[in-house]
Amino acid sequence: MAKRIEVKDLNIYYGSHHAVQSVNLTVEPRSVTAFIGPSGCGKSTVLRTLNRMHEVIPGAYCEGEVLLDGINLYGKDVDPVAVRRQVGMVFQRPNPFPSMSIYENVVAGLKLNGVKSKKVLDEAAEKSLRGANLWKEVKDRLDKPGIGLSGGQQQRLCIARAIAVSPDVLLMDEPCSALDPISTLAIEDLIHELKDEYTVVIVTHNMQQASRVSDRTAFFNLAAQGQPGELVELDDTEKIFSNPTKQATEDYITGRFG
Amino acid sequence: MNQPAEPLRAATLEPEDHDTLAHLAGAADESPVGKHLTPETRGRITIPHVELAPPTKGPDRFFSGLTVTTGVVIVAMIAAIAIFLVASAVGPLSRNQVNFLTSTRWDISDQNLAFGIAALLWTTVLSSIVAMVIAVPVAMGVALLITHYAPSRVGRVVGFLVDLLAAVPSIVYGLWGARVFAPWLKPFGDWLSDTLGFIPLFERGVTSAGTVFAASLVLAIMILPIITAISRDVFDQTPRDHIEAAWALGATKWEMIRIAVIPYGRSGSIAAAMLGLGRALGETIAVMLILSTVPGFSWSLFSGGQTFASLIARGAPEFDSPTKAGAYIAAGLVLFVLTFAVNGVARAVAAGGKKG
Repeated sequence: MAKRIEVKDLNIYYGSHHAVQSVNLTVEPRSVTAFIGPSGCGKSTVLRTLNRMHEVIPGAYCEGEVLLDGINLYGKDVDPVAVRRQVGMVFQRPNPFPSMSIYENVVAGLKLNGVKSKKVLDEAAEKSLRGANLWKEVKDRLDKPGIGLSGGQQQRLCIARAIAVSPDVLLMDEPCSALDPISTLAIEDLIHELKDEYTVVIVTHNMQQASRVSDRTAFFNLAAQGQPGELVELDDTEKIFSNPTKQATEDYITGRFG
Repeated sequence: MNQPAEPLRAATLEPEDHDTLAHLAGAADESPVGKHLTPETRGRITIPHVELAPPTKGPDRFFSGLTVTTGVVIVAMIAAIAIFLVASAVGPLSRNQVNFLTSTRWDISDQNLAFGIAALLWTTVLSSIVAMVIAVPVAMGVALLITHYAPSRVGRVVGFLVDLLAAVPSIVYGLWGARVFAPWLKPFGDWLSDTLGFIPLFERGVTSAGTVFAASLVLAIMILPIITAISRDVFDQTPRDHIEAAWALGATKWEMIRIAVIPYGRSGSIAAAMLGLGRALGETIAVMLILSTVPGFSWSLFSGGQTFASLIARGAPEFDSPTKAGAYIAAGLVLFVLTFAVNGVARAVAAGGKKG
């Protein structure tokens, strides 16, 4: 299930704006990789190219290769819809479908994949909600609207929705930035458990979070305002936070940035 | 007030909060404030004291008075219209020889008044509903095309063309419908009558082209722009969060529209359809020019007839007598109640959608 991601010489653009330049990186399966860096450095942009979500913005495109277990996601006859069914995503703000119940939210992806059997859907819903540590809290009100939950519960609902389709990779774009500390802790615990089965990539603004949840950390930066962002270094999280190779990384993690 | 300032400042610049710090420090080149925000100068920032004038109440009172007045005037006007309609209609209604609601006759030529609205109600509702059935799916399709399928420039052009349809005066629709569209449509109507004539709704009716069917299609074109414009606006406002949630689950474009855009825009489009229905019910001149008047009553789409509005407009020369005018006013009252009800439903639907 969990797959390796290799990014080769990736350049990302918004129209004529060159957002990120020459990214090369590898994400190991069954591990958590954190993307950190200052605002505007392109870490979310890179994340969104990993499931071809970048291109849904008008004018946005990228060049280079993203290999998922050796298969280029930007290959000629690769359907972006198929890519997104393999690479799940959780967003900054919890975004359950407001017209759907908790249950319908969780199985929405399966239904898109043509699963109709009530039994299969029921099992998947329970398994995903258990996987997202939400089952106990919602099992008696699965038919209630998803937006009736608290922010943290909604975010776990979105994680359940993303893992219900058994993706190869789970991308998380600042999944805790809209949540209170207790909900954040719940999500972080969950990320620890998720890496047993999935390849997880998480963008975070919170360096404590990166050091708590990730095995590997990638630091992105931009040379100056208006310049494209770039990957400065990617290494074991412990090394990045104790003894980074690059001066820019050290400056950033110690707060002496700029 | 000065007491909490110290801990507050300390909190915003916690040493752990590298990101904020880095961010502010990163902007140091442009911003003079940024220069002060180094660990060495922390806590020494002073904000100059500014004298604030007390809030003035005058303009506030003036505007609340103004809004209350205009609100009252509008409610009073609607009430006055309703009272006028009822008061003028009561006299003729009391001398009516037939049941006003169930009779299909409209005979106000002599003192033996015999007028009923059943035929009018049927023609009005039938033509409006057929117009809706045709216009709503087309309007939804065009609205989705503009907002989610067409490239933005093409979408703007199509949107502009649809808006242009709204700018065509109804007298022009009436002329075009009666002179060009209805005759052109006639063979198709005849074919439908021949094929499905065993159903009363499709029975052969008038020999002229001025059928309820032709009027309905012209009405559909006339209400298309308003339904499209409102639906386009609500579809366009679908939160990015919902759209991206659908994309990220591997939805195709249509699936994304089905699970994100349509649920969000549902109540708005229903309200739009109801507004369109309200316009179709009350449309006068185009319907009057297109529809052939016929004696008697027919259920058929391919018969002629009169709607409330076209009957009243045709009857304008008879308004000199209070009795005759009162009969028309009674018909107008029913139309008033009908459109009021449709608008009420539209509002209820729109409000219900916001809650859900």
